[in-house]
Amino acid sequence: MNEQSKYFWAGARAELPLLIGVFPFGMIYGALALNAGLSKLASQMMSSIVFAGSAQFITTQLVHEAAPGLVIVLTIAVVNLRHMLYSASLAPYLAPLSTRWKILLSYLLTDEAYAPSVIKYEAEGARPFSHWFLFGAGLALWSTWQISTGLGIFLGAAIPDSWSLDFALPLTFIAMVVPVLKNRPAIAAAVSAGIVALAAHDLRYGLGLILAALVGIVIGTLLERKSDSHY
Amino acid sequence: MNIWLVMILGGTITFGMRFSLIYLLAEGRFQIPETLRRALHYVPPAVLSALIFPELFLRDDKWNLTLDNQRLLAGLVAIVVAWISKNTLLTIIAGTAALFVLQIWG
Repeated sequence: MNEQSKYFWAGARAELPLLIGVFPFGMIYGALALNAGLSKLASQMMSSIVFAGSAQFITTQLVHEAAPGLVIVLTIAVVNLRHMLYSASLAPYLAPLSTRWKILLSYLLTDEAYAPSVIKYEAEGARPFSHWFLFGAGLALWSTWQISTGLGIFLGAAIPDSWSLDFALPLTFIAMVVPVLKNRPAIAAAVSAGIVALAAHDLRYGLGLILAALVGIVIGTLLERKSDSHY
Repeated sequence: MNIWLVMILGGTITFGMRFSLIYLLAEGRFQIPETLRRALHYVPPAVLSALIFPELFLRDDKWNLTLDNQRLLAGLVAIVVAWISKNTLLTIIAGTAALFVLQIWG
């Protein structure tokens, strides 16, 4: 086996434990997107066009609420801002690569591809074929995400219309948010954003969500600075 | 706005953010401000609870903090299960089952 495929398969193998969690998540997304009123094609294509789990769930919820398109796009932008951190963190290692490689690896740069790759890079630095590791991890995740989305759409189509799945979306968000409430600033961010969302829910154009998110983020950040606790 | 346009814009922005610093940092010097770096930790709790709260507390666009609010009760069950299990699928099953049981009782 040459160096490229050695790194590629090492990346795919490192991704394997994460895929066990990603697979049911993709299926849930597919079933809920269909249930929220997206077409089969749109539900499937979102997994390759946007290719970001939490943003896709949130888009599904906002489509279900008939939120304006601009609000959905803004929300996707806020939710995916963290990818700039991953971008910054991997930039020095990817600097020698061609633009074509940078574009491909950027497209594949999700939370789940970033995590094992940055550990690998930090352990052994940038070697000539290290980027094949990120490519292997990213492609393994991408394929799994597409397949599980498709399977979810297939199963979602078999669920009778009379079964309302719309409560499954807030439940999914609960499952996502509870593990990140690890300290006081995070809890304060969540509670304040929730209260603002309630108070501002009849604001026009669905701007209540954006306002609530901003208030929560500011409060969390201010509290963290005050207590000077490091995340 | 058409859903396809939303997805293409959302996807382009997402790709842009993933590509941004891989591209810029290699070209010149650019640092993410420390405050922004910190603020990003609070995006998930803020956005997610801004989506969760109205689903649990509002019924027909009005506050409902009574025991009649089945979604609030089922949501609380889900929060406890999420906290103990840290498992997405289990949380969804528990919350759905709780809502189902409450609706039969109610």
